Amino acid sequence: LKNSRELRALILLIIVVVAAAIKSPRLLEAASINSILLWIPLLIVMAVGQMLVIVSRGIDVSIGSTLALSGLTVGFLFRANPQMSLVLGSAIGLGMGILAGFINGALIGWAKIPPIIATLGTLSAYRGLAFIIARGGQVYRNDVPNDLTQWSIQGPLKLGAVTVPWLLVIALVVIALAYLFTARMVTGRYIFAVGSNAEAAHMHGLHVSRLIVLTYTICGALAGLGGVLYLSRFGFLNPSSAGSGMELTVIAATVIGGCDVRGGSGSVAGVLIGCTLLGAINVALSVVGIASDWQLLVYGAVILVALGMDGLLTRRATA
Amino acid sequence: MRKLLTTPEAITVVLLIIAFFVGIVESKYFLDPFYLLDQTAMNAEAGMLVLGMTLVIVCGEIDLSVASNLALSGCIVAKLIAAGLPAPVAILAGIVIGATLGGFNGLLVAYANLPSFLVSLGTWALYRGIAQALMGAESTMLPKSYSGIDAKFIPGTGIPIPLGILLILAAAIGLLLHRSVFGRWIFAIGSNDQAARYSAVPYQGVKLLVFIISGALAGGGGALMDSRLGVARYDLAQGMELTVITATVLGGASIYGGRGTIAGSVLALMLMVIISSGLGLANVPADYQLAIIGTILIVAVGLNAISKRFAAR
Repeated sequence: LKNSRELRALILLIIVVVAAAIKSPRLLEAASINSILLWIPLLIVMAVGQMLVIVSRGIDVSIGSTLALSGLTVGFLFRANPQMSLVLGSAIGLGMGILAGFINGALIGWAKIPPIIATLGTLSAYRGLAFIIARGGQVYRNDVPNDLTQWSIQGPLKLGAVTVPWLLVIALVVIALAYLFTARMVTGRYIFAVGSNAEAAHMHGLHVSRLIVLTYTICGALAGLGGVLYLSRFGFLNPSSAGSGMELTVIAATVIGGCDVRGGSGSVAGVLIGCTLLGAINVALSVVGIASDWQLLVYGAVILVALGMDGLLTRRATA
Repeated sequence: MRKLLTTPEAITVVLLIIAFFVGIVESKYFLDPFYLLDQTAMNAEAGMLVLGMTLVIVCGEIDLSVASNLALSGCIVAKLIAAGLPAPVAILAGIVIGATLGGFNGLLVAYANLPSFLVSLGTWALYRGIAQALMGAESTMLPKSYSGIDAKFIPGTGIPIPLGILLILAAAIGLLLHRSVFGRWIFAIGSNDQAARYSAVPYQGVKLLVFIISGALAGGGGALMDSRLGVARYDLAQGMELTVITATVLGGASIYGGRGTIAGSVLALMLMVIISSGLGLANVPADYQLAIIGTILIVAVGLNAISKRFAAR
């Protein structure tokens, strides 16, 4: 069944690509592929964290605010010390995310506040904090070091006119680590156990609360890293718009990729397919010449179609 | 007494009283009844969504699409009025459209057995997406005859009409949830879906109707917001779903279903309005208000969890 969910996402992806390519062959040209490759890394990084949370039967809607808070902090630090190394900057972004995610995890795992409530609260709180730090300002183009912007322009691999940007490399490293964590490490498997049946996992001697705190901390860390990637890709960061509403796109990508919001199932491969599908749709719409006004409508329709296919699949499996 | 103090609403009321006194101390304008009525009337649409959300959450479901529903209904009402339809017909059409959009969620949740979080996440994007495709970046102005309902008062009182509408609806939905068989069914389904099913509660129909009512309130809210703002755009009420869910949960409704009251939800929305307007008067920038409301939500729910643990001892 798990495989069929990923298969479903893959089928949707192929349908979208083929349909759009027939309508306008420009989708397969280098420029379009480049924009897809640039569009998906941020989504992948955020979605991998969300996947872990969803597998543990939680939800984290605060990630867009965490992105803004971390990106803003890193951006302001770069403004103050333009010579700061990119590695240090990324580490600080990651650290901010870890802190934000740990607070979410503590509220959910230890204080037993329902995930949707706790992260709705921190969604407001973190975004408010970002505003307070920004003091009416934002991160401007001049604040972002050139080398950081190059991450989304340059890449280690060039196939003709198609460039694989460093941003995507980072996202693929995250994917690889997440795969090792969920498929090969005991702790990763425990998260699936917690999500399938928390009570049974507890009886089995697992530290359920601690595992929950861990998943939210990882999710926060990746959202923090997302803040740095956002700076690289857009070259500026506005505390009110950065990452706002992104939580729903990210959740959509994970769900389309086969994660079950009822916990216990989801895969890294599915997340990768889900993110690529949304990226392909995004670029296909503009290539086919449909106004960007229609993007939200198509996202909604895709989520519902994926859900519908899901419903049919489970019905057949239980019948 | 002890029982009263551990009800979820008690914490909201206590916070409301504290916020009220802080407001009085911080600003001499705060006690002006016109100011308070005006601020509350400005949030009448959110109030209408809160009424529907309470039904949905008590039923054990969630509806993320209400604000998108409001925006789409509001845009269609504005288009209809601009096309020359008489206002009452257009308002009725808005309510019917809202009910239909809500009913679509309800069908998928009750009859296709899909989780409401995902269904309404999909329609959250779909409904606002349709509104955006319909309107583009344009805004539709409403004629003078239709706009400005918030500046009109119920004759003989100082109560603005939107607030009056909200109070009447709150009384009606309150009676429905707390004094009718239908309301008992909602609680039964929210407390224990399976037990309700075995007790011959028509759970699919009840769930569908709950989503339809919530949608109808959103549709009516769209028509109201059109009149209050005098203009309709696809991004009406953007992000309002979070305010509405926050208020409902702050008012003591359990996100797992089976618990919640209309009075608690409305009081909690009042609390949020008083905090944000009080902070505004005290010259606290809007940025801080967001952080404060988020913190209050966590603290209130945390206190609830703690008080429940003590009560269970």
